[in-house]
Amino acid sequence: MEGDISTLGQFIGAGLAGLGSGIAALGVGNVAANFLNGALRNPSAAASQTATLFIGIAFAEALGIFSFLVALLLMFAV
Amino acid sequence: MAQHEAATIVDNGALHAGEIVAHEGGSGFNIHPMDQFIVQPLFSDGAVGMFTLTNAALWMLIVVLCTALLLVLGTRGRSVIPGRAQSVAELAYGFIYKMVEDVTGRDAVKYFPYIMTLFMFIVLANFLALIPMSFSPTSHIAVTAVLALIVFLGVTILGFVLNGASFLRLFWVSSAPLALRPILAIIELVSYFVRPVSHSIRLAGNIMAGHAVLKVFAGFAGALGIFSIVPILAITAIFALEVLVAFIQAYVFTILTCVYLKDALHPHH
Repeated sequence: MEGDISTLGQFIGAGLAGLGSGIAALGVGNVAANFLNGALRNPSAAASQTATLFIGIAFAEALGIFSFLVALLLMFAV
Repeated sequence: MAQHEAATIVDNGALHAGEIVAHEGGSGFNIHPMDQFIVQPLFSDGAVGMFTLTNAALWMLIVVLCTALLLVLGTRGRSVIPGRAQSVAELAYGFIYKMVEDVTGRDAVKYFPYIMTLFMFIVLANFLALIPMSFSPTSHIAVTAVLALIVFLGVTILGFVLNGASFLRLFWVSSAPLALRPILAIIELVSYFVRPVSHSIRLAGNIMAGHAVLKVFAGFAGALGIFSIVPILAITAIFALEVLVAFIQAYVFTILTCVYLKDALHPHH
């Protein structure tokens, strides 16, 4: 094992940024769970709202992807 | 040019990642998950120039060719009972047409050809990238950023052309209390300019992450000997997930284009 303190910080930072992806997964799960909750109460209205579901998932996912990007940048570009 | 820069970045990244694994592994693991994204010239070993035919360019050409083949062959016969190609072409056409109509509105149908082009390119690039030993153009931010920037610039210009200065009312939320509106305007402005970033990185990030995960599991399979059946089964499951992701990300990219287009056509909240 060799390396300097900046490499250490780089890897720790990448790991911490990776946490963000997991937290975004909570948000995506929340969107999907609430959609299913509503869809089971009123199945006839569910089909027309799948586009909204995917837009909501995409927006919730975007911030997780940002943190994934930060992790990638720390690993490979810094 | 952007492609070239991305190529060098990914190239350095891959070498960097390889070194890390080589230094820390030491126990037979030989995993280079980012090597598959290296852009290489096909017929020479030299630098990648403006007009060099690289593997990325080749696979994008194949994607365009497949799109053209599918849609031209599919719509050539136009029989009442559709064959396989015609079924797929009709399915894709109807799917995107309905999406544009539902999300953006009837008056957006004249922009349908561009949205259909976007969807077909992305979905076929994603699917063809799942063929082993192939190259995934959409895993490169250089490719998706161009797609997203065209959408962003197009939507912004269209908004100003169609609505004039009242397009700026998109940022002035008239349903909010007056005191909050300047703050909301700043937030709306920032979120408007983050759109091309998130639009492009969502696609590239998802595809790149999926392919890297497949490669990491392939590396496990190579190192475990008789127990490699476990990672091979895992690869099968992840691959099925990747097929789903390939379609959903193309769908999400297209539907977000429709949402952004709706803002340009009807900027009033």
